[in-house]
Amino acid sequence: MSAVIVTETPADIRASMPAVDPATAVARARPRTSIAETISQTISMAWRALKKMRRNPEQFFDVTLQPLLFTAMFAYIFGGAISGNVKAYLPLLIPGIVAQTVLTTCMSTGVQLREDMEKGVFDRFKSLPIARIAPLAGPMVADLVRYLIAAGLTFVMGVIIGYRPGGGVLGVLGAIALAIFTGWALAWIFTFIGTIARNARSVQGISMLILFPLTFLSNAFVPIKTLPAALADFVRVNPVSHLVSASRDLANLGVISGEVGWTLLAGLTVIAIFAPLSVYSYKRHL
Amino acid sequence: MTTPGVTATGLVKAFGDLRAVDGIDLEVRQGEIFGVLGPNGAGKTTMLRMLATLLPIDAGKAFVFGVDVAREPHRIRQLVGVTGQYASVDEDLTATENLWLFGRLQGLRSADARATAADLLTQFGLEEAANKPIAQFSGGMRRRLDLAASLITRPPLIFLDEPTTGLDPRTRGQMWDTIRGLVAAGCTIMLTTQYLDEADQLADRIAVIDHGRKVAEGTADELKTSVGNSTLQLQLADGADADLARQVVWRVTGREPVLTPESARLNVPLDTADAAADVLIALRQASLAIASVNVSKPTLDEVFLALTGHDAGDEDQSDLSSTDEQYVEAR
Repeated sequence: MSAVIVTETPADIRASMPAVDPATAVARARPRTSIAETISQTISMAWRALKKMRRNPEQFFDVTLQPLLFTAMFAYIFGGAISGNVKAYLPLLIPGIVAQTVLTTCMSTGVQLREDMEKGVFDRFKSLPIARIAPLAGPMVADLVRYLIAAGLTFVMGVIIGYRPGGGVLGVLGAIALAIFTGWALAWIFTFIGTIARNARSVQGISMLILFPLTFLSNAFVPIKTLPAALADFVRVNPVSHLVSASRDLANLGVISGEVGWTLLAGLTVIAIFAPLSVYSYKRHL
Repeated sequence: MTTPGVTATGLVKAFGDLRAVDGIDLEVRQGEIFGVLGPNGAGKTTMLRMLATLLPIDAGKAFVFGVDVAREPHRIRQLVGVTGQYASVDEDLTATENLWLFGRLQGLRSADARATAADLLTQFGLEEAANKPIAQFSGGMRRRLDLAASLITRPPLIFLDEPTTGLDPRTRGQMWDTIRGLVAAGCTIMLTTQYLDEADQLADRIAVIDHGRKVAEGTADELKTSVGNSTLQLQLADGADADLARQVVWRVTGREPVLTPESARLNVPLDTADAAADVLIALRQASLAIASVNVSKPTLDEVFLALTGHDAGDEDQSDLSSTDEQYVEAR
């Protein structure tokens, strides 16, 4: 790539720069950011993340290919063994795949944050008078788009191979909304890992260790009654299981069950713990 | 008396056993350019990062326009612009997008942020590159954009960490003009540099830092009188002549040369380059054979030798002084 050549010398700063008065600046400087400022800064950071997404479309590979591939693959491999045939397995499987893809997407939130933090521009963010949570929360807001694509595509793929959700459009939309919320909440775990890990690769490594038990030790792909007792106990408390059960009730039956409550509670708990931890760790990292 | 731009007392930063900044006292007056001179690893950047709230202060006190750096970091960030050694702009965004984002983050309305971005790009001669991705920018353009990004809210104090390292002489000269322009507009500037020449050109006062400590402070003239205005480097043909040569130099210049016996080299501080001829004539009269002769401006190495009695002492120093010499030659 060739460098842009600009030959003229910078115009005289003296003529164009308005005078600076330290006393006024000190008097104007405020001790902390307000809530409104924090929200506006988070939106600006989300704008930056969306721009970057649009310029690096390969970031969308995981949220587009994974739902398409996994839905088809799991349906045809396990369908016969678990439910007798593919069509009967789909109501069980699709909400499971939604949960799984949304969780994988969360993981890349942490990895990308870590990569981003190593760039020079983060030095600038640290030196600006902005809320410390904005550089962390901004990309997560932008990631809502990715959760939406992942969850939406999974349902579309399901319908293509024969899934007929009994909950109707509203039920499916409810399930998608719940999955997006849970993804956003759980992403704080991976954001926290992003702020403590040494580099992007170790974020990936640590995240995998968390991600695999969470997704596979759940009722995402198999009914709980087929599991040994000890495992079944873990599967029952796993928040992913609650998300999967809640989405099944919403998408297949059109029912807002108690599972929705548990899922929301689990999500809020994760945010309450990991959002402050992440900000604290990010500040220490400076 | 007006409040100083920066006041630091007993500033300390330790990384494990290494005391990167080891008890530094400083006072930067309003409206001056204060230079911090030292080799790589001397603690210049660490000190700047502490003052800019980018690193916690381990011990000591620091104030910017009377505001406590440790207690009110958020207020400090509104008073200080930081331009780092490495351009801290977003590579994936264009120049305009970068400045717009930084303006929005600091509370400008969208339209104001756009107008400010356009103004700054014009001031810094970057308007033609306004919508190009940063990846296509040259080193000098990145530095200018980086400095422009620090000026969006017109902070009264600007920290510049090695603003011209790696720039070619012409771009360096432009950066110097820009910095002088900022001071004329009322800014106070604290800059770090490895180049004596740069500190000389720009700074009203200079602090020399070595191993996390301040070893000298004064105007460029005050520092230079300690090393002479230029230096005569002599390579003797025979190392055994070194002591005799030292005596000859002492007789002619009244100054003590710095000896490197193992390489048979003498560094002679001179008040004027003319004095080199007197030294050479005296050496010829004493029948001392010379392998090579070089007259140059004092390098940071020599300032260090004169001020601390030891070499700057890290491995970076050798290539540091060589780039410095090349740079002097290039001018």
